[in-house]
Amino acid sequence: MQTFSELKRNLKKDFSNLKKIKIAILGDSATQFLMQALRGVGYENGYDLQIWEADFNQVERQVFDPTSELYEFKPEIVIIFQSAHKLLGKYNKLKPEEYSGLADSRMEQVGNITTTLNEQLKAKIIYYNYTEINDSVFGNYATKLESSFLFQLRKLNYELMVFAASQSNFYICDISTIQNQSGKANFFQSSVYINTEMVLSLAILPEVAARTFDLIGTMSGTLKKCLIVDLDNTMWGGIIGDDGMENIQVGSLGIGKAFTEFQYWIKKLKNRGIIIAVCSKNTESIAREPFEKHPDMVLHMDDIAVFIANWENKADNIRQIQKILNIGFDSMVFLDDNPFERNMVRENIPGITVPELPEDPAEYLEYLYQLNLFETISFSNEDAERTKQYQVEAKRTVQQKSFTNEDDFLKSLNMVSLVEPFNKFNTPRVAQLSQRSNQFNLRTVRYTESDIEAIAVSKDIFSFSFTLEDKFGDNGMICVIILKKEDEKTLFIDTWFMSCRVLKRGMENFVLNTIINFTKEKGYSFLKGEYIETAKNEMVKNHYFQLGFEQSGNKWLLNTEKYENKKCFIKIK
Amino acid sequence: MDRSEILKQLHGIFADALDNDDVKLSNETTADDVEGWDSLTHIQLVVGIEKHFKIRFASQEIQKWKNVGELVESIHKKLPS
Repeated sequence: MQTFSELKRNLKKDFSNLKKIKIAILGDSATQFLMQALRGVGYENGYDLQIWEADFNQVERQVFDPTSELYEFKPEIVIIFQSAHKLLGKYNKLKPEEYSGLADSRMEQVGNITTTLNEQLKAKIIYYNYTEINDSVFGNYATKLESSFLFQLRKLNYELMVFAASQSNFYICDISTIQNQSGKANFFQSSVYINTEMVLSLAILPEVAARTFDLIGTMSGTLKKCLIVDLDNTMWGGIIGDDGMENIQVGSLGIGKAFTEFQYWIKKLKNRGIIIAVCSKNTESIAREPFEKHPDMVLHMDDIAVFIANWENKADNIRQIQKILNIGFDSMVFLDDNPFERNMVRENIPGITVPELPEDPAEYLEYLYQLNLFETISFSNEDAERTKQYQVEAKRTVQQKSFTNEDDFLKSLNMVSLVEPFNKFNTPRVAQLSQRSNQFNLRTVRYTESDIEAIAVSKDIFSFSFTLEDKFGDNGMICVIILKKEDEKTLFIDTWFMSCRVLKRGMENFVLNTIINFTKEKGYSFLKGEYIETAKNEMVKNHYFQLGFEQSGNKWLLNTEKYENKKCFIKIK
Repeated sequence: MDRSEILKQLHGIFADALDNDDVKLSNETTADDVEGWDSLTHIQLVVGIEKHFKIRFASQEIQKWKNVGELVESIHKKLPS
């Protein structure tokens, strides 16, 4: 990780071609260095974070005054940093009979701030939680006494999580964990605090900035979807081809414990919806054996979406995995104990994240915890089903090879699609797809859950979500359309994105048939589309052209009266 | 370590914190003489010096040096002789 000085040096570099995000920071302690570190980290990740910093200790004035500079600035993200030190200062001034109300009164304030920000802005809120301070007035007894500062602080951190769970645009940046991992002596430096009112030490600033950026990056669609893992000395100790299945190290004895715990971590990631792939230099049948037969293995074949074990080079194998999964290299993480393989992959696969695993496998997990690789801003039940869907996809690919006629193949799939407007059940998934879809995304407008809720009740906006089910399984929701009324004759396709999992199934035709029928029924004559180029959506550059739209300036038009339904083997469910 | 050696090593720390390799330091130099040496950069310098010489300044010491010479003197006192 860069030092603060290195991050600060980034500020003099050229930001002109980077992605811009407007961010406001409001703090009750001095935040100038945090702002500089955050902007420096943004640069490292290809972002021009345009940060406006409120004057010191102006959180409430800026939020509750509708004419404040905050609202003039119109940020997309508001960061609020109310520090544990200032909270302690507030507690110190209370009368003893008021101590027990500290957390509740702070939560009330946080609630008011959030409500007011939501009324005035369409911004996401990042709130730092409270780093632990025990004022040692009661010793350990503080944990039994509701009026102690420690009790109130921990209650507050818990209540913040409960609050965040109920709000669609309120996110906590968990700096309490950063302090736990690095130690308070590293996190906080008294002399810096006394002289500058800054509660973060210079040493910890890059870490806090990086964790804050994890949230910001994820909000704009940068996130990890897949973990690719090597086998020998990464997944288990020893070399399966040489040592044999009986002698690999996994289980409760000695260093085996480290690999078992590592596998449990991977299993939890899989349950969360991260796609797990294996990439190993091995003979396939030998490499699979532990997953099928070893009693101490935590991971089994059904946890692995793509299993590649051969003697080809790993960069080629990872390209193969990428083809099957159809996701960007920048959403992949590769774990391998061998520095040579790591460098080879790093050099040949641009964008992929390759952590420098420590030499001692006992340290893998603590190291990986610190990296925070799998940030997300949403979670839905469909995530958990993802591995199954990719395995089904692999089967489909095999069957497709046995059909010579594509139409026959598509017919044989017995595809059905459920078409629904946005509602409270599909909102989380719509928002999530909106954050994740990069390739098949015509305009790449990102919507949060609260945006989706607003669209669902709007009169001039029409929404469609599509699922796709076939004889092999249910893909879940895979496509979203948002149409906006432009004038009496025309509907504008504000959003069209689709999961790449369902390419080449005629889904585009089905979607177009569906929205044209809707357009006609509502009495409109034209559909208008637009392609906005990003680094990732070249795949749909000719999308509207291929569907028969006519170019009109930088937009695309389709006259619905002349339209004939396109061939399609998907039925409405 | 003698005072002139300390001054020499300070040069690198200043160059890093101020991002300026050409910074000129003497015992008489004050914050007003050096571009970019404001109260925030001062903290960055102090933390850099503490790390480099493996020493710690007390909170009050940090604001009381009038020029680089006094800073050098402070460091000199803390280093093992």
